[in-house]
Amino acid sequence: MKLLEYQAKEVFRSAGILTPKEIMVMSLDDAVKAAEDVVGYPCVVKAQVPVGGRGKAGGVRLAKSKEEVANITSKILGMDIKGCTVEKVLISEAVTVSKEYYLSVVLHRGSKKPMVIISPSGGVDIEEISKTHPEMIFKEEFDMILGFKDYSLRNLYKKVFSGQGEKVSFSVFKSFLEKLIDIYFKKDATLVEINPLIIHNGQCMALDAKILLDDNGLVFHPEFSKYVNDNSDETEQEKMAREASLTYISLEGDIACMVNGAGLAMATMDTITHFGGSAANFLDIGGSSNPEKVVNALKIIASNKKVKSILINIFGGITRCDDIANGFKEGIEKVKIDLPISCRIVGTNDQEAKRIMNSIGINVSVNMDEAIQNAVKLSKDGK
Amino acid sequence: MSILVDEKSKIVVQGITGRDGLFHTEKMVQYGTNVVAGVTPGKGGQLAYNVPVFNSVEESVKATGADTSIIYVPEKFAADAIVEAADAGVKLIVCITEGIPINQMVTVQAYLKTKPDIRLIGPNCPGLISPGKCKVGILPGDIFAKGNVGVVSRSGTLTYEVVYSITSSGLGESTCVGIGGDPIIGTNFIDTLKLFNEDPQTQSIVLIGEIGGDAEEKAAEYIKKNIKKRVVGFIAGVTAPPEKRMGHAGAIISQGKGTAASKVEALEEVGVRVAKIPSQIPELLK
Repeated sequence: MKLLEYQAKEVFRSAGILTPKEIMVMSLDDAVKAAEDVVGYPCVVKAQVPVGGRGKAGGVRLAKSKEEVANITSKILGMDIKGCTVEKVLISEAVTVSKEYYLSVVLHRGSKKPMVIISPSGGVDIEEISKTHPEMIFKEEFDMILGFKDYSLRNLYKKVFSGQGEKVSFSVFKSFLEKLIDIYFKKDATLVEINPLIIHNGQCMALDAKILLDDNGLVFHPEFSKYVNDNSDETEQEKMAREASLTYISLEGDIACMVNGAGLAMATMDTITHFGGSAANFLDIGGSSNPEKVVNALKIIASNKKVKSILINIFGGITRCDDIANGFKEGIEKVKIDLPISCRIVGTNDQEAKRIMNSIGINVSVNMDEAIQNAVKLSKDGK
Repeated sequence: MSILVDEKSKIVVQGITGRDGLFHTEKMVQYGTNVVAGVTPGKGGQLAYNVPVFNSVEESVKATGADTSIIYVPEKFAADAIVEAADAGVKLIVCITEGIPINQMVTVQAYLKTKPDIRLIGPNCPGLISPGKCKVGILPGDIFAKGNVGVVSRSGTLTYEVVYSITSSGLGESTCVGIGGDPIIGTNFIDTLKLFNEDPQTQSIVLIGEIGGDAEEKAAEYIKKNIKKRVVGFIAGVTAPPEKRMGHAGAIISQGKGTAASKVEALEEVGVRVAKIPSQIPELLK
């Protein structure tokens, strides 16, 4: 899960990290009140959305007066940024900036450790910096036994802060990094990012904040559960799936897929494309043989109006094919489906599954390619 | 030969009295796997599918000489179960559990690094099988046949799909290893490739990768320098959208990195035959 800027900054502030004075608001009146009573002028009005690119979309603007705050906030609230409607804005103190840095703590899969990435060329997309100025990006591994190695961190510090701009002492810098690492581990994050980071009165200050939380760790952090609904850019189907504990991702195509296992679900999408079709979704019904999951899955894929045909691809191992077929039969009785269905089921108890599917008028193939080619054909026939 | 497990492996099942643990213990025993012990704290002294249950891994190792552990413990306790197995001196630890917090695994990996003779497979994996000898995990035994193809994969059911097509084509497998779909895993592609390269039974290798991370690119570098056997590959997720986690915690194209295209290109560049769809794999092996 991704924390919105204002949520990440709340985490920062409770860890003792300096941020500009700021207040999150959801209405025009509150925005003006925040600027007048607390933040002052100039201030920045920042859209709070779970997608990137809000700056380019006009979702971050400077306001110098009460009238400008009102005017800008009324434009930003309700604005659409990459499919997300802006419902919250952050009214933030406009801090004087002499130089912008980039800083993040991120999981490094290769070394199996967190890594600090820092650049004196902050304020822009880090991907951009790594392409245009790779020499301006510095990395430092966090050792799980030693923590940060002082000698190494000193070298890093010299490289990053050798240029112009306000200075920060090594000890302040080091303790700042330690606070970030602390957040990274204590909150089960996989990314803690500050871009831009500035030096303000000899202290490090986070002008922006991004935290990605490990979904597997959320169970240990009830303080974030209130954000789950607000923070996602999910489609209607993705939301339904999450509530039913299914993994579903909306795609652009018109062949709905129901598959067991994430790898096979991806390979199924790829094979659909290989045979000239296009998948409407990724859907992993998981390894269990719970018929209710199949019923829910069917409801979700049938609710997507773009769908022209349905493909079922089940490789039963631990999943029992007859359970899937029973769930499907139950689903077909509950959910009215007018779409053509192509079905492939092999593995544990597949003969029984075939009998059940046949009893509701669905043919079962044992061959994945054959079933997919059929689904592609069915998706085009209706056009 | 085969790699990692064979008829001599002595298996201890951690979480043997749980729903999944018990079900798969039965399947493993029926396959002919030498399951010597089970562990569930507080349930020592019982029998589970005729396997003696102990309160700790240490007790089970002392009593039975178990050298391989399989973990079916829920995600909240699985990281600790790995550490317990390592402390008890189990040499091969296979963790099936999905959903262990990533930073718990970061800590566990740092700990395991201090014990270089212990190997972890997984977590979030289907386990491994040396057909006809030993099955440690949840893979469906009946789709495998003893043979000369080594299979290594980040996936579960996709592996079964590929194995099913390999076996149906008349070939068989030496060992099939599911290394897991998490971002942080114990044994990686390179570790497994190295073992397959040294194994006389294995004549060719199938590598099944997916989007996310750069393990396939690293494997390609290794193949170029070290592997003389034929390698056939498949990468899932060619059509996956960016910034979306495709079921597996590790399967995500992030900031333009970890795409299927990059992996396919890296593998093809070093001579790996990469299948466009899973059903092409047996043909590419011949």
